Amino acid sequence: MTTAQVRVPGDRIPEWMDFDGLVQLISVDGQRTVGCPYWELVGDVGAAQLRDLYRDMVVVRRIDVEAMALQRQGELALWAPLLGQEAAQVGSARALRPDDFVFPSYREHGVAYCRGVDPVAMLRLWRGAGLSGWDPAEYGIATPAIVVGSQALHATGYALGITLDGATSAALTYFGDGATSEGDIAEAFGFAASYVAPVVFFCQNNQWAISEPVRVQSHASIAQRGQGYGIPGIQVDGNDVLAVLAATRLALARASAGQGPTLIEAVTYRMGPHTTSDDPTRYRSHADEEEWRVKDPLARLSALLRAEGLADDGFDQRVATAADEVAADLRQGCLAMPDPEPAELFAHVYADPHPLLREEQVAYADYLAGFDEDS
Amino acid sequence: MATMSLSKALNSGLRQAMERDPKVVLMGEDIGKLGGVFRVTEGLQRDFGDRRVIDTPLAESGVIGTAVGLAVRGYRPVCEIQFDGFIYPAFDQIVSQVARLRYRNEGRVSVPLTIRVPFGGGVGAVEHHSESPEAYFTHTAGLRVVTPSNAADGYRMIQQSIASDDPVVFFEPKRRYWEKGEVDDDGALSDIPLHRAAVLATGSDVTIAAYGPMVATALQAARIGHTEGISIEVVDLRSLSPVDFETIEASVNKTGRLVVAHEASVFGGLGAEIAARVSERCFFHLEAPVRRVGGFATPYPPSRAEHHFLPDADRILHEVDRSLQPS
Repeated sequence: MTTAQVRVPGDRIPEWMDFDGLVQLISVDGQRTVGCPYWELVGDVGAAQLRDLYRDMVVVRRIDVEAMALQRQGELALWAPLLGQEAAQVGSARALRPDDFVFPSYREHGVAYCRGVDPVAMLRLWRGAGLSGWDPAEYGIATPAIVVGSQALHATGYALGITLDGATSAALTYFGDGATSEGDIAEAFGFAASYVAPVVFFCQNNQWAISEPVRVQSHASIAQRGQGYGIPGIQVDGNDVLAVLAATRLALARASAGQGPTLIEAVTYRMGPHTTSDDPTRYRSHADEEEWRVKDPLARLSALLRAEGLADDGFDQRVATAADEVAADLRQGCLAMPDPEPAELFAHVYADPHPLLREEQVAYADYLAGFDEDS
Repeated sequence: MATMSLSKALNSGLRQAMERDPKVVLMGEDIGKLGGVFRVTEGLQRDFGDRRVIDTPLAESGVIGTAVGLAVRGYRPVCEIQFDGFIYPAFDQIVSQVARLRYRNEGRVSVPLTIRVPFGGGVGAVEHHSESPEAYFTHTAGLRVVTPSNAADGYRMIQQSIASDDPVVFFEPKRRYWEKGEVDDDGALSDIPLHRAAVLATGSDVTIAAYGPMVATALQAARIGHTEGISIEVVDLRSLSPVDFETIEASVNKTGRLVVAHEASVFGGLGAEIAARVSERCFFHLEAPVRRVGGFATPYPPSRAEHHFLPDADRILHEVDRSLQPS
């Protein structure tokens, strides 16, 4: 879908911000909710756009499934699955404008996909073939941050730069419920509020930080965490792609209107393990997982599309085929990805020549050459 | 005696320490129900309760800073930092507070903290999960820094570290967690001082000093060397601050040659301190310059290139050869 340039007039923003409670536009059983003011923010989203959002989510889930399989087959060192968080990621990423800039955590494969990143490039980090996969400037999305929370400060600084440049774009940073405990997040809130920085703090509260339920991090809702800093919070149903799109558009509009940061808590669920190294059966119940399975973000939008006559078996088949093609390309690209050459270890440590590094690189090349002479 | 992995030996040692002293509390991310990502604390929350085995919020500075407060209140906290690369948010608390509280308070305040840190590479991990940050901490006065290389030492040293009234940074070689060894698990505190190095292989031609994950590699190098007619002595440092120079010097005075091996970058690493000290103390016994082998002056590389970065037995033996035939 096209990224709609919704520019909410600054003086009308409080009407939406005052809406109290969980923002939901599509109910769990796929019905349009009534009375939520956020509907006005997605008034341009018609049949074609709804189908596009659904296609995005299906493709993103298919990428995730394929990457999990590649890890199980030994082709990836690790994978952090996004299963269950497709709506939170696609809905927010599709609200972004081309000149906005994203600072993700490590699970935002769906966001990277929406920004145009080649899924094969996403795997490079997880295969251990490199530490990154793409040029951040080319796609408007930074390399995934593995140290949780660190990226929120980067987004805040980037947003300050937007202000200093006199531009009207925004920075958006993703982090999880666990990261909200980190000092870097608290400092980012403080700095962003102080600078009135055009930044959106997008927390995917997926209920679990590895084995720790969200109540270990906080006894108040995450959306409330910004209030003490003067940062308004929106709590949105993170499995409702339309609601997420609306909330993110509002936050971006606030940022562009010079009204500063917004904190969005997208309430969702990590349906899979933390990473392929994790075993959730050790710490959470089947009942907990079942409770969320019925809130599946894809099933919800599918139900809406079906009920409104916007999708049929033929549509689903076409979407599935397109997703399978992406997955096949992903697998092929992964298997063809070369391992780093020894010289690559020494590249990009510094911008300017460094004598010690040069010495070590030459010595190691000589050392490796010694094996060739021996054989 | 029992045969167990390093991970299990640490688990048993923690259990002993908790049974011995009710003031011992464990704190960290995912150490409760999950038992830690390496299962070192497995079953401890079940058996000692969630008031003594505490799942903390995700904030490393918070873990260490609140442990300081607990210590001031009379507790003996054992903090787990989930991975080496996650310790940096806690660096300020460790360097500016943990290390100096005794000095600042002229001995009136103790911080008997043990900070457990899985460290080192070789497990095919993503970035920030394979670091060797020990030299940052050995450079900091007020901290003791130790690392066991095997299950028996893991069991003994974790208990000694917890019993110590000084703060101890306890590095655990994560790629050796599943290697098994004989453990004397009788529950008694070891009478081998925590800072004492151990000679794990005797030899007469060259000494290799190593610690943590590199000890097994050094022992492998010694075995290969033996087949090539080179007699190699292996010293496991065990303690990185203080370093047991007495044991190292005795070995070097015998062999006349020293190679120091660690995973951390060679530049500014612990090998530099040992080489300098041995040059000062053993100069007239040395047959060759002290050699160092370790990581490059680069960040830790992506996992499919980590075998280049990590010294293996061949790279250690390469330095042994250069020590035997200095050009």
